[in-house]
Amino acid sequence: MLRITDLFARVEEKEILKGLNLTVKPGEVHAIMGPNGAGKSTLGNVLSGREGYEVTGGSVDFNGKNLFDLEIEERAREGLFLAFQYPVEIPGVSNMEFLKASVDAKRKHHGQAELSAVEFMKMAREASKRVSLDQAFLKRGVNEGFSGGEKKRNEIMQMMLLEPSLCILDETDSGLDIDALQVVANGVNAMRSAERSFIVVTHYQRLLDYIVPDYVHVLANGRIVKTGGKELALELEEKGYAWLENEAV
Amino acid sequence: MSEQVEHLIKKEYAAGFHTTIDSETLPPGLNEDVIRFISAKKNEPEWLLEWRLKAYQAWLEMTEPEWAHVKYEDIDFQAVSYYSAPKSMDEKPKSLDEVDPELLRTYEKLGIPLHEQAALAGVAMDVVFDSVSVVTTFREKLFEVGVIFCSISEAVHKYPELVKKYIGSVVPQRDNYYAALNSAVFSDGSFVYIPKGVRCPMELSTYFRINEQNTGQFERTLIIADEGSHVSYLEGCTAPMRDENQLHAAVVELIALDNAEIKYSTVQNWYPGNEEGKGGIYNFVTKRGVCHTNAKISWTQVETGSAVTWKYPSCILRGDNSVGEFYSVALTNNYQQADTGTKMIHIGKNTRSTIISKGISAGKSSNAYRGLVRINPGAEGARNYTQCDSLLIGDKCGAHTFPYIESKNPSAVIEHEATTSKVSEDQMFLCQQRGLDAEKAVSMIVNGFCREVFKELPMEFAVEAGKLLEVSLEGSVG
Ligand SMILES: Nc1ncnc2c1ncn2[C@@H]1O[C@H](COP(=O)(O)OP(=O)(O)OP(=O)(O)O)[C@@H](O)[C@H]1O
Ligand SMILES: [Mg+2]
Repeated sequence: MLRITDLFARVEEKEILKGLNLTVKPGEVHAIMGPNGAGKSTLGNVLSGREGYEVTGGSVDFNGKNLFDLEIEERAREGLFLAFQYPVEIPGVSNMEFLKASVDAKRKHHGQAELSAVEFMKMAREASKRVSLDQAFLKRGVNEGFSGGEKKRNEIMQMMLLEPSLCILDETDSGLDIDALQVVANGVNAMRSAERSFIVVTHYQRLLDYIVPDYVHVLANGRIVKTGGKELALELEEKGYAWLENEAV
Repeated sequence: MSEQVEHLIKKEYAAGFHTTIDSETLPPGLNEDVIRFISAKKNEPEWLLEWRLKAYQAWLEMTEPEWAHVKYEDIDFQAVSYYSAPKSMDEKPKSLDEVDPELLRTYEKLGIPLHEQAALAGVAMDVVFDSVSVVTTFREKLFEVGVIFCSISEAVHKYPELVKKYIGSVVPQRDNYYAALNSAVFSDGSFVYIPKGVRCPMELSTYFRINEQNTGQFERTLIIADEGSHVSYLEGCTAPMRDENQLHAAVVELIALDNAEIKYSTVQNWYPGNEEGKGGIYNFVTKRGVCHTNAKISWTQVETGSAVTWKYPSCILRGDNSVGEFYSVALTNNYQQADTGTKMIHIGKNTRSTIISKGISAGKSSNAYRGLVRINPGAEGARNYTQCDSLLIGDKCGAHTFPYIESKNPSAVIEHEATTSKVSEDQMFLCQQRGLDAEKAVSMIVNGFCREVFKELPMEFAVEAGKLLEVSLEGSVG
């Protein structure tokens, strides 16, 4: 699915990722934890190709392709999905219109016909139900005036409709109430399959009670400094990150 | 980001072809003889010739306005030809079958089939080619309900009392420099009369085309909605791509009598000039409507073309409880310049006006909103709401707002909101991360920005306007 080898990346002349290695196999769920500013969001941005993030070394293989050969939208159409830590608003563009355009772009890429408005409407309604968003949200502008939690659920709804093969969730749990957390976790769990992988970035082990990961990694100072099973999250909750800092150097 | 966006704005102007047709074109230059020629050509009554000559005298004493936020080289008004018409139009065709096939093909190429079977369902069309009206469709059908829709030249002969009563009643000859010029040399345009209590059964539409080189187009449109009537009218316009600038100076007058409603929509796509800012239409237009008691006039404009646009569709809210609306999308790209907005003049009691202006600037263009809200002393309870949003694409363009408020009645409520935003890198990234390419992303974001205005357009045209925006933005992202 994804093999990151010795990845270096910088933002505005500042080295953020410093030799990061990570392999994700189909069907696996990897949790990434780590202190603020460690480079977790940067990793998601680099993988999805965001402008301003300069790769200075290493390679990433995504389903047999060199990820860095692909444009942002090509990576998306090939199945890479990033759920944003801070979803942005697009005023006046209805959620429905936006989602249909995204889904159609992906279908076209894979040689499938565009969906009819009716077909899509049905799918979208179903997805909105699964993340407990009222259908009215489909008509509203993308994230326009959504609450923090609604934005996150909207991200999950997009993920459901796009059916990506690799889902990167960047702190999707932050700012969620307990019920919403449950909704998001259920959404993710329902999508877990042998072909689909997840990278879940979080600060809280609580999320991992709901979405049980196969691996937990600690990203600190631009590298994965520790990898373990789900019990590592518990240990981190107890001890914090300080004891690992030494291992980072 | 800005570099990326810039590439998106390299558009092909699809309407930029020229039709080779035998035309009678006056040599360039303007004097009384030219005006007499135009008037004679149209077999006009003496009063109209006098009216034109008076306008010409006024024009000679006036100077070009310089207050607008636009820059262009001085126009040599003696280098412009003030009349050009296809020879085949010497005898105005009585029906489509008599229209020169080359002309019909021109409109087909522009996506405007004129044969009634093929025409847009529910839209009657007057087409103006250079200085003359070529044909007006669905006339009989409209006539059955008493609606008059014809060229203004024809109206001068057939409905002289209406024309004489209303022409210049909203935009007087000496209103401004370009209105005076238009009054002197106007050659054609559309005339609409909706009788009392009639709801016009179709959309009425005029399509303006400038074809000949060095020719100006000076059309005059007059729409009269009698008491309690209702009409929706749409105009569109295109011109060939040429290296020289061409002049378009139109006047539109709307009269909404008691309880009448006029909805006037414009999709303006004159040739904007090339990427280096060479060529393009100078669009200097005076549009104004007067609302009597309980009447309503609603202007909606989507302005994507022209090298320079100078245009302020306005409402004089004379009658009590009358309503004026202005919804505008103005997009400038490359070296285009627009100074556009509206005037809402509140005279009657409880008059209301709404202004929604969306300016989009890309490339090295300049886009200004200029609006006046005036509340006269007698306008008890008048209200205005103005919302003025600017969207910038890239960082070499400019957006400006010049709102003027003059309130002489303390009971008036005036609200003004203004925002300036950029197509943000975050928004682009969200769209692209969801699989949309950069062009689609920009056009979607811009369309979303314009939504409030587009929803005011008649359905078919809202779709057209969206597409036009997409084409106009082509190349602004790479
Ligand atoms: N666009 C940018 N411009 C400047 N600095 C940036 C940019 N993006 C990231 N950084 C810097 O890179 C470092 C890593 O940031 P990143 O957002 O990846 O951290 P994170 O691990 O996701 O932190 P958090 O847990 O707070 O979300 C930080 O020091 C941040 O300030
Ligand atoms: Mg982060």
